Amino acid sequence: MSTLVEMSGIAKSFGPVTVLKDVAFSLSAGEIHALMGENGAGKSTLMKILTGLYQADAGSIRVAGEAVDIRNPRQAEALGIAIMHQELNLIPELSVAENLFLGREQTLGFSGILNAGRMRALAKEYLSRLAVELDPDAEVGSLSIGQQQMVEIARALSLNARVLIMDEPTAALSEREIDALFAVIRELRADGVGIVYVSHRMEEIFALCDRISVLRDGEFVGTERIADTSLDHVVQMMVGRELGERFPKREVSHGAERLRVENLCDEGNIAGINFSVRAGEVLGIAGLMGAGRTEIARTLFGLNKRLSGKIFVDGKEARINKPADAIGYGVGFVTEDRKAQGLVLGLSVRENITLSAVPTHGRSGIVSRSEEKSLVARCIDMLKIRTRDAELEVQSLSGGNQQKVVLAKWLNLKPRVLILDEPTRGVDIGGKAEIYHIINQLAFEGVAVVVISSELPEVLGISDRILVMHEGRMAGELATAGASQESIMHLATGGY
Amino acid sequence: MAVSQTKKLLHKLGPLLGLVGLCVVLAIMSDNFLTVGNLLNVMRQVSINALIAFGMTFVILSGGIDLSVGAILALSGAVTAGLMASGTDPVLATFAGLACGALMGAFNGLAITKGKLAPFIVTLATMTIFRGLALVYTGGRPVTGVDSDFFFMLGNGYLGALVPMPVITMFIAFGVLWFILKRTAFGRHVYAVGGNEEASRISGVHVDRVKIMIYAISGFLSALAGLILTSRLNSAQPTAGTGYELDAIAAVVLGGTSLAGGRGWIVGTLIGALLIGVLNNGLNLLEVSSFYQQVIKGAVILLAVLLDRRAAR
Repeated sequence: MSTLVEMSGIAKSFGPVTVLKDVAFSLSAGEIHALMGENGAGKSTLMKILTGLYQADAGSIRVAGEAVDIRNPRQAEALGIAIMHQELNLIPELSVAENLFLGREQTLGFSGILNAGRMRALAKEYLSRLAVELDPDAEVGSLSIGQQQMVEIARALSLNARVLIMDEPTAALSEREIDALFAVIRELRADGVGIVYVSHRMEEIFALCDRISVLRDGEFVGTERIADTSLDHVVQMMVGRELGERFPKREVSHGAERLRVENLCDEGNIAGINFSVRAGEVLGIAGLMGAGRTEIARTLFGLNKRLSGKIFVDGKEARINKPADAIGYGVGFVTEDRKAQGLVLGLSVRENITLSAVPTHGRSGIVSRSEEKSLVARCIDMLKIRTRDAELEVQSLSGGNQQKVVLAKWLNLKPRVLILDEPTRGVDIGGKAEIYHIINQLAFEGVAVVVISSELPEVLGISDRILVMHEGRMAGELATAGASQESIMHLATGGY
Repeated sequence: MAVSQTKKLLHKLGPLLGLVGLCVVLAIMSDNFLTVGNLLNVMRQVSINALIAFGMTFVILSGGIDLSVGAILALSGAVTAGLMASGTDPVLATFAGLACGALMGAFNGLAITKGKLAPFIVTLATMTIFRGLALVYTGGRPVTGVDSDFFFMLGNGYLGALVPMPVITMFIAFGVLWFILKRTAFGRHVYAVGGNEEASRISGVHVDRVKIMIYAISGFLSALAGLILTSRLNSAQPTAGTGYELDAIAAVVLGGTSLAGGRGWIVGTLIGALLIGVLNNGLNLLEVSSFYQQVIKGAVILLAVLLDRRAAR
């Protein structure tokens, strides 16, 4: 088999932060090559370099044997390198055919008049190569996520892609859709396309891929043939040390019940949710994307409408209809999307920390500046928020430090219950450990903590109990002691 | 980082430098510009637009827009004049007019928050409604008979026989509003809502309440401007204040407040309003035709915003 892509000695830093150092990666024609590593290991940076979004500081890239310098995505496209992002780049209001040819519409000569017939025919052809039944005139927004992915793959094919990078393609798919996707991927492999498969799901990788490369903290750990390796070995390559180290130990005795949720239902996303969390306890919520994990939090917090069900805080029923109500009952919510829902990016670190509760002179509404200043200084010190000045705009901070600002905002309210949705997304490994420490500290102080996470090692590492969601319902509850990634996955995928 | 701080300060001071520069040019070109009398006169002319623009600053900081300010000005003025003409106590009539403006603003806020409608659409509609009501109430004719000493003072009085009352009113309002924005929890929330409404709501900020307050403030200040105008004209005109919303928005934008919300300051708005006023005055002193004045005013706004963009980068 011929080598399609050969990357060697790749290095990249952003300012003082080194993201990749001396990384090698090779892809052959007709292979499915898994690229693994924890969040922040450098996978996406490496792929952004291959697709021309970033330029490497050092190293070389050869495509089909020829040294190339990929300066922008257009150039990557011309070399036959296509990427399928986790967030699909489709325009929902346009049809399948219109999306396929977006930006390079077929026209009648140079008239600028669309040749709709030809585009429809070509679209049909590409789709039939994938053996999927899709109407080229269907509006993309009306398709399922799985079908939309097929449109993305067809677009890559229409570009004559020889290299196809897929980033977490199954994150939002149902079992059946995953099977269909895998069939298409294998078909592409048989046609000689090289596929880079980025995923966290071990089982998928072992079922689908030919080789696997692992990155850790920006360094290349190694490449193995799937046939010659084991799951344990891959995990060890990824983590590089004992799991115990990553998740600081917590020895806290659980107190009285802090939060109880009875038969919680929202408008169609979740139903029949029952659980309780005691003081000092950490409950993990696991499940696939779209399984309703975030919806539980949003409904609990009064952001989504609660159709039925009751919420109890410290044994008393909490009537929560809007976030301010939830806060009144001592419930805090660290949202999954820091930038869109957690922070006011244009405001300073100080203003963000005190957003939920500005210290005022009595009930006058006049801000007590001295009190605010000392409060902010305490938070920065306690949570080790690395910022040169509390007056800097919060957007100038790194992901981990931004997350700590969000945490500080909630800690100021002295919450009794704190819900954290993907608390370490986009946070580097060092920052993660600090956030786990903060979670432990909260538990120690008697807060009931609920952590929603897509990272199974994280869920296993920090929770006392794990609630697993499947398609809006509770698939089961596991004690962490007896749980494994496999047992969680089994429940999360609907356990057959 | 120190460089960026300096740059930021320069960026903030840009409008002030523009104002000072304009004053220097006008002082050189016209002997009549740099006199106490003329400068106080300019400020009195500015006061009405400035008051409206202060309210507009709150609205724009929160990410909204208020097109109904001119119509609120007219209706409030008409209500006050009408009450006085029918024998109501002038002080009472004045407060009724102000309350009227605040209520109209609050109505805007309610429609925007509870109806989940775009501020542009809501205030475009209420602009027409309030203007229509002003015409209905007055029968399309000016309301006269507002001869009361108290009310006359509002637009025509002087403090120490020198400083016009509207200028005093403008500076008092400025001081109070500056304090609210800078030093109160409510002011903080104005910025937060404009910067990221969702994050603010999740943080427990009563977003709807804050917005209703903001539009009520805008309505109140428009009414105040309307009373000053009514007092100066000695009558309430149903068509008064037409197009004032655009002057107010221009002052806010010239002052460096972002139309996207979340960024800006009321000091800038005061400077922006003065800039527009001084420009008007200067062009008049230089006897530029009023047709050309419009062209020049528009060009200045475009240039200022362009420079602001450059500096922000």
